[in-house]
Amino acid sequence: MNLITVSGPPSSGKTSIIIKTINSLHQRDLKVGVVKFDCLYTDDDVLYEKIGVPVKKGLSGSLCPDHYFVSNIEEVVQWGVDLELDVLITESAGLCNRCSPYIKDVKAICVIDNLSGINTPKKIGPMLKSADIVIITKGDIVSQAEREVFASRVHSVNPKAITMHINGLTGQGAYELSTLLYDEGDNIDTVKGKKLRFSMPSALCSYCLGETRIGEDFQMGNVRKMDLGGKND
Amino acid sequence: MINYKDIENKTLSSIEKEYPFITSFYESNKLVVEENENTTLNEYFNSFTEEEIEEWAIDIDKIKEDMIIFINEMLSFLGVKEEVGVNSLTILPGQDKSGNKENFEELTINKSEIISIVGPTGSGKSRLLADIEWTANADTPTKRSILINGDIPDKKWRFSSSNKLVAQLSQNMNFVMDLTAREFIELHARSRMVEEEEEVIEKIIEAANHLAGEKFDLETPITSLSGGQSRALMIADTAILSTSPIVLIDEIENAGIDRKRALNLLVSEEKIVLMATHDPTLALMANKRIVIKNGGIHKVIETDEKERGILVQLDKLDAITSKLRAELRAGNSLNVEDIVL
Ligand SMILES: Nc1nc2c(ncn2[C@@H]2O[C@H](COP(=O)(O)OP(=O)(O)OP(=O)(O)O)[C@@H](O)[C@H]2O)c(=O)[nH]1
Ligand SMILES: Nc1ncnc2c1ncn2[C@@H]1O[C@H](COP(=O)(O)OP(=O)(O)O)[C@@H](O)[C@H]1O
Ligand SMILES: [Mg+2]
Ligand SMILES: [Mg+2]
Repeated sequence: MNLITVSGPPSSGKTSIIIKTINSLHQRDLKVGVVKFDCLYTDDDVLYEKIGVPVKKGLSGSLCPDHYFVSNIEEVVQWGVDLELDVLITESAGLCNRCSPYIKDVKAICVIDNLSGINTPKKIGPMLKSADIVIITKGDIVSQAEREVFASRVHSVNPKAITMHINGLTGQGAYELSTLLYDEGDNIDTVKGKKLRFSMPSALCSYCLGETRIGEDFQMGNVRKMDLGGKND
Repeated sequence: MINYKDIENKTLSSIEKEYPFITSFYESNKLVVEENENTTLNEYFNSFTEEEIEEWAIDIDKIKEDMIIFINEMLSFLGVKEEVGVNSLTILPGQDKSGNKENFEELTINKSEIISIVGPTGSGKSRLLADIEWTANADTPTKRSILINGDIPDKKWRFSSSNKLVAQLSQNMNFVMDLTAREFIELHARSRMVEEEEEVIEKIIEAANHLAGEKFDLETPITSLSGGQSRALMIADTAILSTSPIVLIDEIENAGIDRKRALNLLVSEEKIVLMATHDPTLALMANKRIVIKNGGIHKVIETDEKERGILVQLDKLDAITSKLRAELRAGNSLNVEDIVL
């Protein structure tokens, strides 16, 4: 089974791209499954079901969704192996710019859209910087110049990645992406022992554990204070 | 091609002198150069503490690797400008949706030529445009192949973000940046490392105003341009500043822009223009017309003098519509006498 991790800011077009790409994989008679990780809510599973793709969803609720991802990915892989999938795709909404669910030696795709503003590539951390393939969506509604500037910004934070422009609505470019995704020789039946590409930050403060009251008295653990004295950093 | 060893012992300021474009890499990756000008690259990377690496999510090895890739790509990109560009594009036949061979032998389109693509929805127009964009090599559902300058194209056209083969224009496109026309063109020019920035800005705004019905100036925010003005600026900018040698157009509406001038501008900048359109005026302005049926190229029709004669009549129709539009804008009543063919 091939494992592919797809991540990207909310509403950047991940599901649209994955669905259009699965259509092309289906044409090659490949069996594809999807697992969606999100925080509080998602309807994506319904969309995947509609095209006949086996799907599971996991909501991390009060936990960090990327931490939740690593804690569950091995079980998810076993689910895919049991279903005898050829390709298992995970979709995670990148809610925090510091974490990313990418695993070493597992194909990592970041989906980012042209509408998110030209400074976005600079703001997104490992999720964009350590991806193998960067998909830029929503090029159909911005000008050529804006697309070019945006792509050059993406390129300067991750020059090594393959950058592709895909239209999530029409699927233009999705066939092309599908040709990069499946490799028969690339077999994964477990991710046990594999490593994340990037460590996830340590954060354990009283608010992580459910504290709601405000004030120094209630702050324990890993707490950091803003410097409001001088200039902004 | 350089490698890390070549620059590790150079100071940041000497690296910047040698590769001026590196500043955008520093900036995007939040590497602070000020006060470190005389530090060598190695010393600089070694100066990050464990905490800083964790805190700002920096991967030093990846940044080193990226920096070298970035420099090498920029060097080859800047070199490409002087190289011969794309002079022609050739489509070799594949098959239609039923698997029948396409009905033509070889179609070559040269720079400064305009080709229109016609066919009902679902017939495969977008697929043809996508084949061109991907420089298909018998590896898409249509099994078509695309040649550039008569040869199998370099893979860079597929994957490099600074060497895109195709620029696109369509009527759904809008400006989303909060910038004035000048800032917008400047930003684009900088991302392209254009040297004569002022000249290019002047040239684009002049060309845009030549296309648009109502003139605008450089201090106008791009998001407050009218539909016609936006379209005019997009076309002028694509013609003059985009690196892509091929322009795909998905219909341009009639309102507020001189479409004949728009096509002439693109052609005068040596672009190859392909447009999916069912507008008779645009279709007749094309040198050739590709007819798509059931996923395959069914016919290639050359626009002959006889067909082109229709343009004269269409121009008259256009002139009438424009006149009526001008009357409406001026708040006048319309007269049936104004409609004389
Ligand atoms: N115009 C345009 N709209 C797009 C494109 N891609 C996606 N969209 C639209 O953007 C919206 C969000 O797309 P999704 O595919 O649900 O995005 P997502 O990243 O999966 O979103 P979450 O999973 O909720 O984070 C939908 O309304 C899509 O139709 C595109 O290329 N162009
Ligand atoms: N020669 C072909 N063989 C197989 N599928 C094709 C072929 N040409 C087009 N298609 C498919 O047919 C569908 C409709 O084509 P599209 O290019 O979107 O049509 P249009 O743009 O003319 O409306 C797409 O899914 C496309 O991939
Ligand atoms: Mg989704
Ligand atoms: Mg189409």
